Amino acid sequence: MSDGTAPVLELRDVRCAFGDHEVLRGVSLAVRRHEVVALIGASGSGKSTLLRTVNLLEHIDDGQILLAGADISDPRVDGDRVRARIGTVFQAYNLFPHLSVLDNVTLAARLVHKVPRPTAEARALDLLSTIGLGSKAKAFPDTLSGGQQQRVAIVRAVVTEPELLLLDEITSALDPELVGEVLDLVRRLKDDGATILMATHEMAFAREVADRVVFLDAGSICEEGPARRVLATPSEPRTREFLARVLP
Amino acid sequence: MTPEVHAPSGLELDRRAYRRRQTARSVLVSLGSTVVFAAVLVLALRSSPGWARVQESFLDPVVAWESLPRVLDGLLLNLRVLFVAALGVLVLGLLLATLRTLRGPVFFPLRALAAGYTDLFRGTPLIIVLYVVGFGVPGLELFGRMDAAFWGTVALVLTYSAYVAEVFRAGIEAVHPSQRLAARSLGLTHGQTMRRVVLPQAVRKVTPALMNDFVAMQKDVGLISVLGAVDAVRAAQIEVAHHYDFTPYVVAGLLFVAMALPVIRVTDWYTARLRAREQMGSLV
Repeated sequence: MSDGTAPVLELRDVRCAFGDHEVLRGVSLAVRRHEVVALIGASGSGKSTLLRTVNLLEHIDDGQILLAGADISDPRVDGDRVRARIGTVFQAYNLFPHLSVLDNVTLAARLVHKVPRPTAEARALDLLSTIGLGSKAKAFPDTLSGGQQQRVAIVRAVVTEPELLLLDEITSALDPELVGEVLDLVRRLKDDGATILMATHEMAFAREVADRVVFLDAGSICEEGPARRVLATPSEPRTREFLARVLP
Repeated sequence: MTPEVHAPSGLELDRRAYRRRQTARSVLVSLGSTVVFAAVLVLALRSSPGWARVQESFLDPVVAWESLPRVLDGLLLNLRVLFVAALGVLVLGLLLATLRTLRGPVFFPLRALAAGYTDLFRGTPLIIVLYVVGFGVPGLELFGRMDAAFWGTVALVLTYSAYVAEVFRAGIEAVHPSQRLAARSLGLTHGQTMRRVVLPQAVRKVTPALMNDFVAMQKDVGLISVLGAVDAVRAAQIEVAHHYDFTPYVVAGLLFVAMALPVIRVTDWYTARLRAREQMGSLV
């Protein structure tokens, strides 16, 4: 696993509180290149907050976050530049309803990465076609199904080739029959070597795709390890309790 | 779980110190730039060739002080008119907006009437509405003798309720249709749905816009002076003629600003609160 370079993402004793409520109580975690790490845990355990702190959408109250070895929790760091290097997919897709699929996908490439429009559009169309959405390029988000919208959102996040991809419960808002097509796309990204940190409720998917599973409980990492091991034979009582509740 | 208190690390303390320094620096910069800007403005004004004459005829402190009581008296009339007109505008505006949402062919005349009303009064300059209502309607001799302030209030209500009706309508249309479906599927009637489900959400959405219209009306109340009502503007006019000096107009203007400021601040505060709630405390 270790190839001598710094992990893509490293959290060191990260703490985050909203008022008196401590959401993260000292979380340390590393995601290496090409690794897929799944965050599991009950609602309110801090999964989404953790992803938001990585994206600098939330201040941390202590600890350090390093992206490719550089401290991004330093207030001197330009958050916009950091976020340009990280792709994020939200639970509710968050596509821009006033823009076509193609414009949604190419917006960041054109505005942030200064890619000329023809180049950006060619690349976007290429990606959209590989997932069977090439014909929807001119369509607007509200004419698409939830699964299609979420796949467009994923393409929007990866089209600029981010170093790290954050997926925040991306199948939670989908009808069951649409979950598969979205997870297929994530599988594909993994095969292409993407580095992914994802919060998920899909235990079967976590077992299949994730290299490692991290179980968060009340803002602390309760257990972590290889996906198959943690999900099949959890060693912590809290993990066992949680899995007994969510696994059929 | 024990309620242990976490002692921040040296790194975090450094970060906090840095953020504090940045905050202090930006406060200093903003203070400095404000002072420089104000100084430049004042110097430019004072060095203009006609400054002495303008100062004498617009900014005479003695005239300001002497005219203040009368202008304040007039402002009380403005406040009374504003209060009554605001209530009238709310009621009539809400009624018009509701009329426009009625469905079905039976209600076509009402819908058309409401639409025609908003078209007419949004298109007509307020001053013309004031003249027609203030001098024309009394001429019909249908009503007893009413004073100018009364007709001024009527004209304000007519004009502003047309604007406010459109604001309410925008709010009603901005409530997601699924809310209406949910209410109707519970068996609520159209009226109950509007009153208990749609309007409460619509009003919340458009409150900042409504407050903006209120501020606009606050100053337009001064226009009732064209009908002869002795409000702040009229009183200032009388004082101008008396002192042969324009300072009372400036006094009246400042009093109108002072009257509007509280509402403007409340609007800002309310909009900021709405925004804070929608962004869920995130940084961007």
